[in-house]
Order: sequence, then C-alpha cells, then structure tokens
Amino acid sequence: MSVTRRDFLTQTSLAAAALAVSAPRAASAVRPVPLPSQGDPAIKELCMVALDAARSAGASYADARVTDLRLQSIATREARVTDLDDRSTFGMGVRVLVEGAWGFAASRRVTWDESVRLAGAAVAQAKANRRAFRTPVTLAPVDPFPNAAWRSPIVRDPFDVPVADKVALLLEANAAALTVRGARFARSSLAFVRSETTFASSVGSVIVQTLYRTRPQLSVTAVASDFSDFQSRAAAEVAPMGLGYEHVERADLVGRAPEWAEQAVEKLSARPVEPGRYTLILDPSHLYLTIHESIGHPTELDRALGYEANYAGTSFLAPPEAVIGTFQYGPEFMNVQGDRTQRGALATVGWDDEGVPADSWPIIKDGIFVDYQTTREQAGWIARLTGVTRSHGCSFAASWDDVQFQRMPNVSLLPGEEDHALDDLVAATDRGILIRGNGSYSIDQQRYNFQFGGQVFYEVRAGKITGMLKDVAYQGRTPEFWNAMDMLGGAGSYELGGTFFDAKGQPAQANAVSHGCPPARFQNVTVINTART
Amino acid sequence: MADILTRDEARALCTRILAATGAEGALVNVEGGVAGYTRFARNEISTAGDAVDVRATLTVRFGRRSASVAFNRLDDPGIKAAAERAETLAKLAPEDPEQMPLLPDQTYQEVPAFFESTEKLGAGERADAVLGIMEPAAAADLVSTGFLERRAGSSAVANSAGLFAYHHSTAASLTTTVRTPPGEGSGWSGSTHNDWARLTPPAELAARAIAKARRSAGAGTATPGAETVVLEATAVGNLLQLLRVGLDAREADEGRSFFAKSGGGNRIGETVADRRVTIYSDPADPDLLEQPFTDEGVPVGRAMWIDSGVLRTLAYSRYWAQRQNRAPVPLAGGLKMVGGEGTTDDLVATVQRGLLVTRFWYIRGVDPRTLKFTGLTRDGTFRIENGQVTGAVQNLRFNESIAAMLRNVVALGRPVRVVASESGGLGTAVVVPPLVVRNFHFTSVSDAV
Repeated sequence: MSVTRRDFLTQTSLAAAALAVSAPRAASAVRPVPLPSQGDPAIKELCMVALDAARSAGASYADARVTDLRLQSIATREARVTDLDDRSTFGMGVRVLVEGAWGFAASRRVTWDESVRLAGAAVAQAKANRRAFRTPVTLAPVDPFPNAAWRSPIVRDPFDVPVADKVALLLEANAAALTVRGARFARSSLAFVRSETTFASSVGSVIVQTLYRTRPQLSVTAVASDFSDFQSRAAAEVAPMGLGYEHVERADLVGRAPEWAEQAVEKLSARPVEPGRYTLILDPSHLYLTIHESIGHPTELDRALGYEANYAGTSFLAPPEAVIGTFQYGPEFMNVQGDRTQRGALATVGWDDEGVPADSWPIIKDGIFVDYQTTREQAGWIARLTGVTRSHGCSFAASWDDVQFQRMPNVSLLPGEEDHALDDLVAATDRGILIRGNGSYSIDQQRYNFQFGGQVFYEVRAGKITGMLKDVAYQGRTPEFWNAMDMLGGAGSYELGGTFFDAKGQPAQANAVSHGCPPARFQNVTVINTART
Repeated sequence: MADILTRDEARALCTRILAATGAEGALVNVEGGVAGYTRFARNEISTAGDAVDVRATLTVRFGRRSASVAFNRLDDPGIKAAAERAETLAKLAPEDPEQMPLLPDQTYQEVPAFFESTEKLGAGERADAVLGIMEPAAAADLVSTGFLERRAGSSAVANSAGLFAYHHSTAASLTTTVRTPPGEGSGWSGSTHNDWARLTPPAELAARAIAKARRSAGAGTATPGAETVVLEATAVGNLLQLLRVGLDAREADEGRSFFAKSGGGNRIGETVADRRVTIYSDPADPDLLEQPFTDEGVPVGRAMWIDSGVLRTLAYSRYWAQRQNRAPVPLAGGLKMVGGEGTTDDLVATVQRGLLVTRFWYIRGVDPRTLKFTGLTRDGTFRIENGQVTGAVQNLRFNESIAAMLRNVVALGRPVRVVASESGGLGTAVVVPPLVVRNFHFTSVSDAV
C-alpha cells in the first residue's frame, strides 16, 4: 500500500470535509449513514476507513467501492403494462491483496464499523486462501487519480422523465404495431440503469463515476390463422446504449413499429431456406453479436490462460506466445479495436473498476492478432510479448457485492477505407443472403464453432434483394469465417450494437458492452434450415 | 438485524415496510442472507468473496394501478424513500385490467431446506474443500479449475390483506473442470444440494474429472448426424430445465408455444413423450427442497407436468387460471424427472453404438414452435461400441428438440440432483436420470476441447 490515509487526506481537497465526518465515530457506529449520495465526503471517508483497516491488518494493496445501482424497467404487452419496476441496491465491497493473495468482502451496511469489518474479513479470507495458492499476484503500475470524476454523456436523465410519458410511448408503439393486419401480439419495454460508484484505492485514487445505460425494446408476433405457425420480429436495430432518454426518443419505436410488424407477418409466408453454402451479407444489427462471440471473447486474456475453463471456457487464441503478432485472424483490411472511450458505447467509462484510465488499443491490426484485453493483474503476463506494461483497463464488477475481474471492453470492427454502404455490398453480390438483427446464437467454449440466426433474412440474386427467407442459421469456424470476409462497409455505414447481459465468471456477472461495425460480406458460409435439421 | 433473518425478524421487517405506505394495498417481499464463494484455476485459488445483503421489494396499489420498488437500505429513511417512490410510480401507472386481488393468509408446507453444514462453510472450509480437488489434480500433472459456492438465507412475503409466508434455506455447489496441460483433454464433474454434507466429496469429484480429462485426450474424429446418445444426468438437466420456458398455459392458448394445439387451445391430455417419462415439480420433495410459495404468496404444491408421457397441466398465473376457470399452477418448486435404477455405466452397457455426453454448453433456443435448441457437447464426449466406452471423440453441435428427446427415450437410469445451470451456480433444483436417447441430431463438429 503506497499511500496512507493520513497522506491521502492531506493531499486532497476532501480532507476538511472528510475529517469532519470522521469525528463522531461513536454515533456512526450505532446508526447507519442516512442515504448518502455519491461524491458525499462521508462515502469517501468510509472508503478511506476500509483502506486504512486493510493496511493495518496486513494488506499490501486494497480498494473499496461504494455503489448505488438503480434500475428502472417498464414492460408492456398490447394495451397493458405488465411490469413497472424500480430497483436500487447500495453497498460497499472491499478487495485486498495479502502476500499476493486476493480477498473480497461486501455488505449492504455502509457504516464506519462495517467498513472496518469488511477490511478485516477480506484480509482473513486472503490469508485463508494463501494455503492454496502458489503464484503471488503482481499488479501493473497505475497513476493515482486523487480527485477524479466521470459521467456518461447523457442529454436527458431517464430517471427524470415521467413514468407516464414512458408508458404512453410504449403503448403507442404497441398500438402502431397492431395496426398491421396479421400482427397479433406486441411487447415493448424500456430499461434504464444508473450506476454511481465511489472507488478508492491504496494507490491514492478516489474516483466518482456515474454511468447510464438505456435499452428500448419492441417485439411483434404474427400467428397463422390456423395456429399452424407463429413468427416474431424483434427491433434488433435499436441497440442498448450508454446514453440517456435521448436515445429512446431517437429510436422512434412508434414510427418504426409498423415496419417491424409487417416483417413479422411476412415471415409467416417467407420461403424456407435451402441449406447450402452461401455468400452472407451481415448488417451491423446482426454482425455486432458475431464480433462479440468470435472476437470479443477469444481475446480475453484470462480465458486464454485457463482461468475461466470451468464455465465461460478457454480460447482457441492461445498460448499467447504462439499467436501475438502472428495469428492471421482475417484479411489485411480487418482492424479490430478494444476501447472504453467511444461516446455512447455501453462499456465506456472514465476509469475501470481498479482505477485505470479508459484506454483504446488495437486487438487485430491489418488482419493480425496483436493484443488481448487485460487488467492490472494480467498486464505483466504478456508484457514481454506486447511491450505493453500497463493494463488496458478491462476490470469490471457488476455491483458492489461482486468482485471486479477482467471483462470485455467495447470491441469494434473498424470500417473499411472505401466508403461502401450496405446497398453496395448487395449490388456486388450475385447469390447470397442478407441477415438483419440478432437471433439465436451459440458458440463453443473455445470460440471455434458457432451457429447464429437472425431476425430477418433476404435472398440476394444478381445484386438485388428478391424476397424474404425464413428458418436461416449459419454455422462456421471462427478463423475460416473471418478470413472469408471479402467486403467491408465504410465509415458512413458504421453502427453500434450491444448487449446488457454478457455473462462471465463464477458467480456469473452481467457486463454491458457495445460493438461497432459496418456491414460486411463473407464467402462460402454454411447455412442450415433450422426447421429441418 | 442478523445477516440471516429469522421468522420473527422477517415478519417485523415486513410489518415496518407495509406500515410505511398509505397505499390502498401493498405486498412486500424480503430476501437475503450470506453468500460466499471460492474460485480456483491452474491448481490454485484465484479469487474468493463473501457478501451479506437483504433486499426488499414493495409493491403498492391504488385501485388497479400498481408499481414495485426494490431496495436494500432498510433503515427508516430508506424504507420511507422507497415507499414514496413506489406510491409515485403507482399513481402514474395505467390501470391493469388483469390485476388480481391480494391473497388473504394462506397455509404453506414447511420445507426443511436449511442446513448448518452449509451455513458454516466459511473461507477456510471452502479452501480446504477445493484443495481436495487441486492437490490430486496437481499430483496427476493435470490442471484443475473450479468453483465452490454457498448461500444461506431467508425469504418472506407479506401483504396488507394479512398474508405472511417465510422460508429459510441453504444451498451449495462444487464444480470442477480438469484439463491436460497442453489442453487436448478436458473433464468435468460437479455436485449440488441444500446440505453440504450431501454433496459428492471433493476427492470423488476430482477423481471423476481427472479420469475424464485423461480419457478425453486424443479425441477421434466425429461425424455429424443422428446418433443414439447416453446423456449423463447433468446433460439431461442442462436440457430438461429448458422445458420450463414452454410450460406457460397462456402462451399455449394464444397459439405461440410448442404446447399450442393446432386450431386453438392447448395440448393438455395429449401424449407428448414416451410413456416412461414423468416430470413434476414439488418444493417439499426431499431431493428438491424449494421455496413453498411464490412472490405473490401463492402456495406451491406438487405440479405434475407430464405423467407417463401425457401432458397433465401447464403453468397458470392467477389471472389466466381465473379466466380459464382453473386453479393457479405456479411454475416453481424445482423440476424432477422420474427414472429407473441403473447408473450411467449400466446404460452404456445397453448401447451397441452411440455417444456418451458429459454435459452441454451454450444452449440457445432455435425454434419455439418445436422446442428446438442448439448447443455443444463439452468436457468429456466419448464413443460407445458394443456396450463399452471405446475412446474420446470431438465435441459436436446439436440441433434438437427437447420434446423429440422425450419422445425418443430408450432407457432411464437412477435420478440424481444435478448442477443444471451452465454457469455452475446455484439455481432451481433439478433432479433427473441419465438417459439413453435415440435419433439425437448433431449438425457439426467442433475443434474445441
């Protein structure tokens, strides 16, 4: 631990306020802090108390996070609200290193005494774990940020928008969908997340961040008149974003609902696909998830080294010394970036959950794999191969009671140099299938074999869309698939997709992450008919 | 307030929360306790954690308008703030034509699901347990990874009509994946129960995973197609738990489910599976030990979904049950499939040619019309010839309907409680037998080990 509490308090402008809060210790020991907010000196002081106690108990490093997480969700079907839910959770997590072993303890009680107890419990746990570890953890260097703050670049705070307005929008969208003949059911929802965290570490950082996430959704189902078939169309083009209510307004669920409803109805009479090998044109609303599964996950360093073998799996992209700088992931025009800085993306932050500033770095450069996603613990594992001695800032914890570990940043396929649009890819294709929206998705535990469906599928013949297909999914093997990419959209066709629910870790934690990409074309891909196989 | 609320503490907390609102009606759910876990990788502990939490959810009603607020600040200012927020939201909500009245006090089964052996499983005990896997794996020059999780807590529901229900429980799971150092072999084993003392001992789990890791190295080529498979109980649980997504009566009656009847209505009363297939939920079953009430306070009893191959009921919400003139049937209480007496090895001995599957991974729905899912085999897939396991084969991707699987059952073994979730974590209790299933469809092979 490099900075004592005394040093810290004298170094920062918080000192006066924090000491004022710390004085009446006897009172705070018997009464919970009444609803403090992030940025409140009392919260920062309690983090200092935990760090101090951890150091006194023998920790060489410690960090404390106090998180106030709020989620609001409104769900509807047809003319009815099915769920109106507002959730908040508040608590503190303390992580320590003792002789190179980790310990973590968390509690909903955010008080002076509990901060001390958590530090002691985390240290005791680390000591218990020492019996069963051999390789001491070494953390990559990070600069202290003693008074830092960051907030998602929202225009309109979704928690300030009246619920009545949100309900009215959803019910109007459902009604608009159900004006389409044959559309039987419509579901829509809005979900908002606000995560306010005060992070303090023994390095000397105190970072207050407020992150927002917004997810509008709509799905329409058409049922055949004789009940022999039903088909759904989800509004996959509307991605969740790290933005505010302005994202809901721009999504235009009401205006676009009839189009999605018409496509749900059209799917009932769409022609079943003939299995075979096809040229695929993948719209960004679909391709983002293929990137997530086949590039985002295999380039996680903990996975590549076996740390996630019991659940999330390992990676075909291993060992690092055999693939960094040499593995041909795709064609020369393929460039993929790890990033935590892109405006509006879900994994965008000011600092990660161990105080590392947001980074942006190449993962695949000119088709060659060059670097993994890392945390402070991991950076040194491959520094001799990459020349990068600092973390890329991929530490994340879902909430105060979850320990932080390596999670995916925004991983994006950069647009091509030529400014092709989706229409240009279609026009250049003699026989193929265009896929929009993500559907069923599955990939093996080393990220080789995948199968992806979609929302809508269009047959392409002689450079034109000639009709809708159904029951389409494609299977592939990651290296061959990406090396079969032969055409890429330009900057004007680049879009962000994303997910709220990327699961990893044991216990599983959900991470929200975005992936940007243009449309892309792939040759000779195996397509199956999901109704027949 | 203790970390695990007693019945009296839970009742007192519910009463305080209900008293904080002036709404016409209110329902409160309280749950929480202690959670702890230890992870290990590369034959050493990688992370561990402990957390204490109690969460409350308050639902308030004004006529047919309602809203819910969940929170964990349980001091008076926190409760007051939550009640005010719930009231504000509820007054803004539109009227719900499907709202059901609050239930009066009910009678519930007592389910003895709390075990001291699990409650006492602290960081030191967890480290001892995982050493019981890591040490034999390291001694065998293999690499073990795994996860031990335990929870101890309580849950309660109360409403302004006088209802109160309380349940306390513990649960633990221990799973491990052992791999050969170069990564050409991988074996998994796992166990779960409410009572830590009833889990398979770590040394036995280690022995199973070590044997599978060794045996799965050097896998032979697999060929996609329809195969007879012996599914270990975990693999059956991975798939069968997904049956729950198709059991909603309303979805069936609305024509958008596998159990929808062509021309309208649902398929209750029809034969949907092999006659030896019986599947039910029952929170009081000694192998399931689930919460005996829903979040609304509806008592959960035994629900017989499929009896000797015939669909006996679907899950009915209180609203849909009233509309269809039936009793509510909660989708709760765990899931149990009746089986026979044999072990997995006994089943293997009956198969002339087929595949033995340890578990499945990344299972996702492909076609809700047929309950078809896709996913892959993982951590131990073997060729069976003439009643014996003859060697490892590559992992394969399947595209198969759960309903077809239940129609194509050839033989059933002895049911066991399994870690049915892919994440290895604690979830709904699932008790299933190993199965022999014919005509199981694999569509491609995977290079993953």
